Amino acid sequence: MFPLSPLSAEAVMTSPPRTTPAGKPLLEIVGIDKSFGSTQILKCCSLEVHPRETVVLIGPSGSGKSTLLRCVNLLEPADEGNVFFRGEDITRDLRNAPRLRREIGMVFQNFELFQHLSAAENIMLAPMKVLGLSRADAHDVALDLLKKVHIPAKADSYPDELSGGQQQRVAIARALAMKPALMLYDEPTSALDPEMIREVLDVMAELSAEGMTSIVVTHEMGFARRAADRIVFMEAGEIVETAKSDAFFGGTVNARAQRFLEQILH
Amino acid sequence: MSLHLVIDYLFSAVFFQAAMMTLLITVTSLFFGVLAGLVIALLQEATFRPVRVLAWIYLWLFRGTPVLFQIIFIYNVLPGFGIRLSAFLSAVIALSLNEGAYMAEILRSGLGAVKKGQRTAGLALGLTRTGVMRYIVLPQALRIVLPPVGNQMIGMLKTSALVSVVAVQELLLVANQTASSNFRYFEALTAAGIYYLALTTIFMGLQALLEQSLDVKRRRARSEKRSLLQRLAPIEEAH
Ligand SMILES: Nc1ncnc2c1ncn2[C@@H]1O[C@H](COP(=O)(O)OP(=O)(O)OP(=O)(O)O)[C@@H](O)[C@H]1O
Ligand SMILES: [Mg+2]
Repeated sequence: MFPLSPLSAEAVMTSPPRTTPAGKPLLEIVGIDKSFGSTQILKCCSLEVHPRETVVLIGPSGSGKSTLLRCVNLLEPADEGNVFFRGEDITRDLRNAPRLRREIGMVFQNFELFQHLSAAENIMLAPMKVLGLSRADAHDVALDLLKKVHIPAKADSYPDELSGGQQQRVAIARALAMKPALMLYDEPTSALDPEMIREVLDVMAELSAEGMTSIVVTHEMGFARRAADRIVFMEAGEIVETAKSDAFFGGTVNARAQRFLEQILH
Repeated sequence: MSLHLVIDYLFSAVFFQAAMMTLLITVTSLFFGVLAGLVIALLQEATFRPVRVLAWIYLWLFRGTPVLFQIIFIYNVLPGFGIRLSAFLSAVIALSLNEGAYMAEILRSGLGAVKKGQRTAGLALGLTRTGVMRYIVLPQALRIVLPPVGNQMIGMLKTSALVSVVAVQELLLVANQTASSNFRYFEALTAAGIYYLALTTIFMGLQALLEQSLDVKRRRARSEKRSLLQRLAPIEEAH
């Protein structure tokens, strides 16, 4: 654990969003390569994400989207290239990975709520054990966040008593409890029944509208249209196209991206 | 056959002390056995290969030889190397080390049953590897391993009889000694058997209590009971 000055729940909830100096990207990925064994999964990927920006990452299955996200919070270290967070090179700094990850929230396809903890306890765990909040303060944070994701009444429910959509919203609240500067979503709705997709996407879109910097891997083009500032298209480990959202949906995209779009829309 | 003698034995100081000795050996060996098992299980997950090899050798040695052999070995062979232990200590060490090998396997299966994604989620929140283990993996693994660990506990109660071989005054040895002095085997062994059953019953009760207290969803259990009653209700109406 890291030594930390004690934070009150209030400080966590009301501190102004941390920002980098204007114009500087919050996250900068520069030419990263990643191989598993002899197969190269990421090939010289570069991407900048600016504060308050929402970037939607699309691409066929196996193209390396998840791996790229995992390189950002060092769940997978990149082989070559660099990752800068707030201008700081974090690529090789695995020892400080826990400190970095506090500032980067991650949401998974399968929710990954801790099965032995209630919704509120899921949200409270990291603020208590990582930031050193008291149980009471962490509980306040949890209740506020459950309100924010529109399930205020589910604090005491256990994961297997919640619908998929509710579980995913608890997972989002759990990530938000650390007051992250960046959110990573890895196909957050692809394990959900159609009627629950909407409630999760709504929460994500609200967060983006409030200025939460995000990278979202999703095939939900409706969400991309609504919330994304930029669309990034990956194929076979390469970033093939990066376009402003309106340009992308205006039809000025490269042919491969166009073909992929047609596939997922039909 | 004298029921009277059985009762006499049951309430005799010798039998009671022997039963307490059995209980003491069992509880002590279990405690250190679980501890050893936990250490071995965690060592098996180590990234440093020699550590894993060491854990493997431990398992190989203690699962590959009879417990009885281990007890006799520690009591009779170690003194040759200048390590002289009391019969009780030898017994407890042998049983603990042996138990550790089996506990390690059980605990490891429990740790393995907690999916990788749970750890990833913990790491992504900024917890350290130790924190993930302590707050996320172990609590979930514990709930999974409780039933097999309970079985081991009851098994240990019975395995403890083996230490009679190094003349620790436990239940079986005392019963056997008592009987061989007057050939009243039925009475002495029945008294011992009753003690064993009583201890086993206590262990089973404790296990059930522990499982209940670890079950985070007691509320669900209660609602299930209710639905069972509801299912019975129509039958009552039919009468
Ligand atoms: N830990 C790993 N070890 C070996 N290969 C891996 C590992 N993780 C991912 N891969 C491989 O890397 C490739 C890219 O995987 P990745 O999960 O990043 O793709 P993706 O774009 O997220 O796909 P999907 O849409 O199916 O989630 C796949 O071929 C996968 O099999
Ligand atoms: Mg993926």
